[in-house]
Amino acid sequence: MKSTLVVGALLTVMTATGAFGQAIKLANVAELSGGGATVGTNWKNGIDLAIEEINAKGGVLGRKLEVSHADSQSNPGVARAQVQKALDAEPYVLLGPGYSGSVKVTAPLAAEAGIAQIMGGEAAELTQTGNKFLFRTSFGQQSSMPKVAKYIHDEMKAKTVAVVWVNNDFGRGGRDVVVKELDRLGSKVVADLSTEAGQADFAADVGKIKAANPDAVFVYLNEEESARILKELKRQGVTAPLMGETTLIGQKVIELAGDAANGARGHVGLTTDAPVDLIKAFREKFSKKYNYVPDHNGLKGYLAVYMVKATTEKMGKVDSKKFADTLHGLTIKAADEPGILMDVTFSDTGDIDRQSFLVEVVEGKQVVKQVLPKVK
Amino acid sequence: MSNLFDLLVAGLATGAIYALVALGFTLLWQTSQTINFAQGEFVMLPAFLMLAAMHVGAPFWLAIILGILLSMILLGLAFKLLLVDPMMRHGVLPLAIATMALAIGIKEAVKQFYSAEASPFPSIVPTGEVSILGHAVSLQSIGVLTVAILAVLGLTTLLNRTSLGHQMQAAAQNPTVARIIGVPVERMIMLTFLINAFLVALASLLITPIYLAKFSSGEVLGQAAFIAAIVGGFNQVRGAIAGGLLIGVLDNLAAAYVSTQYRAAVPMLFLIAVILFRPQGLLGRAEERTV
Repeated sequence: MKSTLVVGALLTVMTATGAFGQAIKLANVAELSGGGATVGTNWKNGIDLAIEEINAKGGVLGRKLEVSHADSQSNPGVARAQVQKALDAEPYVLLGPGYSGSVKVTAPLAAEAGIAQIMGGEAAELTQTGNKFLFRTSFGQQSSMPKVAKYIHDEMKAKTVAVVWVNNDFGRGGRDVVVKELDRLGSKVVADLSTEAGQADFAADVGKIKAANPDAVFVYLNEEESARILKELKRQGVTAPLMGETTLIGQKVIELAGDAANGARGHVGLTTDAPVDLIKAFREKFSKKYNYVPDHNGLKGYLAVYMVKATTEKMGKVDSKKFADTLHGLTIKAADEPGILMDVTFSDTGDIDRQSFLVEVVEGKQVVKQVLPKVK
Repeated sequence: MSNLFDLLVAGLATGAIYALVALGFTLLWQTSQTINFAQGEFVMLPAFLMLAAMHVGAPFWLAIILGILLSMILLGLAFKLLLVDPMMRHGVLPLAIATMALAIGIKEAVKQFYSAEASPFPSIVPTGEVSILGHAVSLQSIGVLTVAILAVLGLTTLLNRTSLGHQMQAAAQNPTVARIIGVPVERMIMLTFLINAFLVALASLLITPIYLAKFSSGEVLGQAAFIAAIVGGFNQVRGAIAGGLLIGVLDNLAAAYVSTQYRAAVPMLFLIAVILFRPQGLLGRAEERTV
């Protein structure tokens, strides 16, 4: 009697799930605590929102999406252990981590398991090691810096440029690409200044910029140092236009630098302030569900899940081994898959090409001034 | 050339702040043989006290006054009574190590109770420029230099021209004789601790708008001021001033003409040279103690 009941219950469960097919399992490893908690939490919430939407509309190829979340504690060592554990459960696709350092140590594990990894890291080197399973959700420096150089040359009409960068992997990576691109376009780098992470005093560096008298200054430092150099540039009366990346015009920099941030411009790959209807709608849905305005990491997590959906639908089957091959070279159009928000193309290395934004700080606020088109 | 002028002005402005901090080092050493390795954190903390006062609604001017008063209580009075006095009995070295521990304690406390991230800090000098000898010089640099020079002038006047100053000199040079002739030595020593607390609060007010308020910002300052005090002569007030200005200028010139990576190394090399060839410091005198 008992066994009949158990078999009956099992049959009921199997029928119930069978009607929908077996769920597609995704694994997320992200910075849910520690220094990167903001990054990881936004990323996770973006993922959950996308999965909820997709499942409400019938899932992917008739199957529901399921995700497991694991905390890397913002620590590459923990991230590696969590990713190994996640891979042991044989997920369809691995999502995360968000920190480049954690991606660097976990990418070989996913590649070895033959599982595609869609992550949030932005360091240039991540996709330059020949890993066939790693995919970005945002620009790496090799995608963003050519746009920055093009803007400095074409729009700012700068014939001479001072480049200030922070002497670490992040700074050097960006500096190398931008200097090469500026040179190719014909803008001359008249001052090439390396600074130290955590540097407090920028008087000498700004003195050198002043002496070089460039048409534009490209600033590529961490956020606190960006604020300090902006103040010093103002203090020494440097009037050349300033160009940077997200790190120059972020909200924290504006708060720290005050007036000195006004007029600074920056290239931003993803922003929830973007004048794109689908992004505005995303922002609204996200804010409604979580009661706060997401940052770009929320967008990245959301996009990661829609990358899974679009790629799987392109294949017409759920095949984790062929997933990476299919996503390489794939163009996903927002018209076909609104969840991807903007048209995007993936390269053979897992890098992305997508439109991006030029933001200027006006009276202490970020204002999107221009939409920069895809490179290709 | 114009670049050199700009660098000199910026270097002098930073150096003037180093001088204020180095002065405190010298004062404490002269009167109580205290080597305060928490001096950098002493500069970092008052800015946070002022920010905290502003958080609870005080206007900037009131926050400055409250910050300076609180600094004098915490970094002057409490520091002397709770740390220096009990440790002094055990000698100079245990006290020096205790101040290192204090430095870590202050840093971690600010990180824990305020924030690990940098905070903006308003400037007492407006931004803008004036032209001096055909060069544009920022008002902030001029303001910092002026305030620092006034503080140094005030201090030297106090030490050399007033009875109180003479009593402090006496207490520093020979405490036993000073006691015999009726100088309240203990009170004089406490006074130097209060003066040091005032000087670091002033330095904090001047440097934080440029460096931002951050728990770790004392590290650079403490080191620079310590080098300045030794280079100038640990046993002379004028030595600390000269050392501060010199290190400020040297640091800026090194950053511009050597490299940013090695900027910190140049003052260190200079320090080694001074220790090797003139151990009493540029303006110091061997085996003599005076404030």
